[in-house]
Amino acid sequence: MSYVVNTNKEILEMLEACGVNDISKLFNHLPEGAKYEGLLDLDEGKSELEVYNFMKKISKENKVYPTIFRGAGAYKHYIPSAVKNLSSLSNFVTSYTPYQPEISQGLLQGLFEYQSMICNITGMDVSNASVYDGATAACEAMNMTLIKNKEKVIVSKSIKPSTMEVMKTYAYAYGIEIIEVEIKDGLTDKEDLALKLSDKSACFYVEQPNYFGLLEDTKELGNIVHNTGSKYIIGCNPISLGLISTPNESGADIAVGEGQSLGLPLSFGGPYYGFIASKKELMRRLPGRIVGQTTDNKGQRGFVLTLQTREQHIRREKASSSICSNQSLCALRSAMYMGYVGPKGLNEIAKRCFDLAHYTKDEIVKIDGFSLKYNKEFFHEFVIKTPIEVSKINEYLDKNDILGGLEISDKEMLVCVTEANSIEDINKFVSLLKEVTL
Amino acid sequence: MKLIYETSTKDHKALKLPKCNISYELDSKYLRNEKLELPELSEVEIVRHYTALSKETYSVDDGFYPLGSCTMKYNPKLNEEVASFEGFSDIHPLQDTKTVQGALKVLDLTKKYICTITGMDDASFQPAAGAHGEFTSLMLIKKYHDERKDYKRKKIIIPDSAHGTNPASAAMCGFDVLTIKSDNGIVSKEELKKVLSDEIAGIMLTNPNTLGLYEKDILEITKLVHDAGGLAYYDGANLNAIMGISRPGEMGFDCLHLNLHKTFSTPHGGGGPGSGAICCKSKLSKYLPKPVVLKKDDKYYFEENKESIGKVKDFYGNFGIVVRALTYMLSLGNDGIKKTSENAVLNANYIMNNIKDLYDVAIDEVCMHEFVLDLTRFKKETGFSALDVSKRLIDYGIHPPTMYFPLIVHEALMIEPTETESKNTLDEVIGILRKVHEEAYSNSVDLHKAPMTTKYGRMDEITAARNPILKYGDK
Amino acid sequence: MDELKNVLFTKTHEWVKFEDETTAYIGLSDYAQSEMGDVVFVNLEEQECEVGDTIGDAESVKAVSDIYSPFTGEIVEINEVIVDDPGAINRDPYGTWLCKYINISDKEELLSLEEYEESIKE
Repeated sequence: MSYVVNTNKEILEMLEACGVNDISKLFNHLPEGAKYEGLLDLDEGKSELEVYNFMKKISKENKVYPTIFRGAGAYKHYIPSAVKNLSSLSNFVTSYTPYQPEISQGLLQGLFEYQSMICNITGMDVSNASVYDGATAACEAMNMTLIKNKEKVIVSKSIKPSTMEVMKTYAYAYGIEIIEVEIKDGLTDKEDLALKLSDKSACFYVEQPNYFGLLEDTKELGNIVHNTGSKYIIGCNPISLGLISTPNESGADIAVGEGQSLGLPLSFGGPYYGFIASKKELMRRLPGRIVGQTTDNKGQRGFVLTLQTREQHIRREKASSSICSNQSLCALRSAMYMGYVGPKGLNEIAKRCFDLAHYTKDEIVKIDGFSLKYNKEFFHEFVIKTPIEVSKINEYLDKNDILGGLEISDKEMLVCVTEANSIEDINKFVSLLKEVTL
Repeated sequence: MKLIYETSTKDHKALKLPKCNISYELDSKYLRNEKLELPELSEVEIVRHYTALSKETYSVDDGFYPLGSCTMKYNPKLNEEVASFEGFSDIHPLQDTKTVQGALKVLDLTKKYICTITGMDDASFQPAAGAHGEFTSLMLIKKYHDERKDYKRKKIIIPDSAHGTNPASAAMCGFDVLTIKSDNGIVSKEELKKVLSDEIAGIMLTNPNTLGLYEKDILEITKLVHDAGGLAYYDGANLNAIMGISRPGEMGFDCLHLNLHKTFSTPHGGGGPGSGAICCKSKLSKYLPKPVVLKKDDKYYFEENKESIGKVKDFYGNFGIVVRALTYMLSLGNDGIKKTSENAVLNANYIMNNIKDLYDVAIDEVCMHEFVLDLTRFKKETGFSALDVSKRLIDYGIHPPTMYFPLIVHEALMIEPTETESKNTLDEVIGILRKVHEEAYSNSVDLHKAPMTTKYGRMDEITAARNPILKYGDK
Repeated sequence: MDELKNVLFTKTHEWVKFEDETTAYIGLSDYAQSEMGDVVFVNLEEQECEVGDTIGDAESVKAVSDIYSPFTGEIVEINEVIVDDPGAINRDPYGTWLCKYINISDKEELLSLEEYEESIKE
């Protein structure tokens, strides 16, 4: 099938208006050798019913875990029905980038509110309207800080390994060097940071909480960084900001992060979105779309895409980034989520994640052979040393429909607990850990 | 409309968490002290707010949306439902691959479809959008030359009609951009020959190009670049014109990106998420972003390919978008795919042929899936610009075409109807375009004032840029 | 047009006005501002530069125009007016200087008002 509407009769009438009698003649001018003859080597079209059933069957070849204790960059939080419903309103789903403000005020205002909320939670001055994901947000932020004679980027080894990999790819592209700062007891080694910073450093990037779930001393790190005149970039978990000090409070020049935990489903890694917010002085170095407030010719408040001269369609090879499409709908959905939970709700969710994670940790370390790897403050993830291989533990949990912590070495797992985990889930998880090691 | 902050009332609340009597204390040094200024609303207030916003947002589901180069075709509802199957939406990206065989099958099957459609050998879904796909493809080219220790290849050739993302992506990869002039709307072989040298890393081309014209010399162009030691990259923004009819593989391209949110009907979400899947010939396969999906003994698995350029995004790309695109391609099949492109081209030619007696077409030839009007003469004769015409179209209930692009046409209006519009709609649109022409020439309507029927009029973009107010509370 | 008495021009549409042999102010010509439309922002920093260097750019809502250095010398001051009110460039192009140079050691070939006006007719 196809989604072509016209009947053969209508098509013939249209062809006539174009002065040809057969649709293939519209392609007569294509050079031989670049034309493809016959039909592509693919199945023929199917009905909606057949496709629905086929895809349903494939979807069932994936295991959906009702209970998840795994995070490491993708977090299972509860998503309110209202958020799911509102984000699927077809006017939001099937519109394009709002190039025509007169008929896109809803979307533009929604993105303006999103930018405002990102500034609310991070404490920063300005936000753009989203980038691809948390990892590319870190790369864009790194790029914002590169200036002549300051082209070394300092990154803590305590960040998520996949973010580091993406940053290295971008660094290869930009032709710059990434210098890694060592870890000491699970945290960024401050002495090593001081050693590796120089007047050639463009910026320092660290994540809060870090990959192991631990809380970095971001304020002190900020002091060390600013001593050398470098910029300070913090990658943060937005849920944690309901409880934990903001990037602004730690002196960050740029705050970035993965927005998935604000109301987006796990969806096998995407679509998610990245947020990026900065101090005002870096506003014109921000990549991508930014929505600004103005008035229309009737004097009403309105919104437009603004500061567009930063962008590729105007500045071309001198643009701050090539980003054009971003993750608009995901950003809008996260604004719906932030609006839904509100200031108290975000605090309650963050506190609940924190409380349940600490309870889980306490229960796990009571089991013989299990211990906490780093005895430090953490948010909602922590590393547990296990008496047997993590793979064996996870196999056992899998049989009980629980997705266990992430194996980060043979006998170490990174456990994540959120508000979506009930006390019953946690107790069951703990008792299974006990059973499997008996 | 009220901002969400202006509907906020202290202590209104939608969220309710389960009861819990467990409490731990966080070291105060890590506690947030800054006040959290998020708005406070009840559920019904949130629902009404966003419903109101959605009503002030024009979408494909509302009507004709001929944004040239953006391929705003209808987004089938089936795709949305399939993507929301819990087997796709509720799986963690770091599950054991044994438990996500279906997801890997989606990636593998979609790869087969897009490689067959483009005539390429391999693919990756990691790039999140078109420009990200450009960036990733250029990284393959960079890596290819670097691995051959051919470090002097630092220049990328881009025609002056290209999308701005092309030079911007090239610059991000550290390449110098060489812009070549078009000749009668297409790449000039003579201009190309002038810039070819052993410093050329490659060329970036869109075919059909941004004027809606098929590059008739494409085979010679890619050969010239190859003979000079460069590689050829295909920008898939306009693939909707040629599926099942002409393939980038046969045209001589080495790598490309596709916009699944254009050609393959996934919705654009007001600016994203899209998917910038890339394809390449086998010689570039080993450089694809890691991990890649492989199959052994009927089981799929991820492989961390050693010579990869690395990762360009976390996890495996915008998976939910890939699910939608696959659903679409399965629905179409080889017959529907070809029919799609044929009718996209027919619809564009039909509009063009019914208005070109009034409006100048930038290049008056058979067009592909889109064409560009040049309103330079129109502006001279009436005083109204492409912008004014665009705004007037809003009064008639249709979304304006892409304005002022490509840059080589001064008063450009780029019209791409797509194949999902009916003859009835096209006839209406033709009537509207003719009417607006009449209004302008008879000066019966002051188009500078358009749109006149919408709630909002033209926005003051100058003040917005001079005095940026980018969040609630800015002055 | 008294204000244009001692003003010279570049082919790239900057005007220059010397205070003494090694000190000068530059701005954007009336033609440049009218082609650009409403100027919304000017990127310009204090720096040392050579003849022909891109020293910054001027932005309208949907375009960017590079500003080229007519001198080898040192930019020591940026006009505060253009930071707060870039529209002044449109209202009064010859009364609104962009930046001040000192220690000018070299300059490009400059045009008189008549020569410049001839050149923009082409």
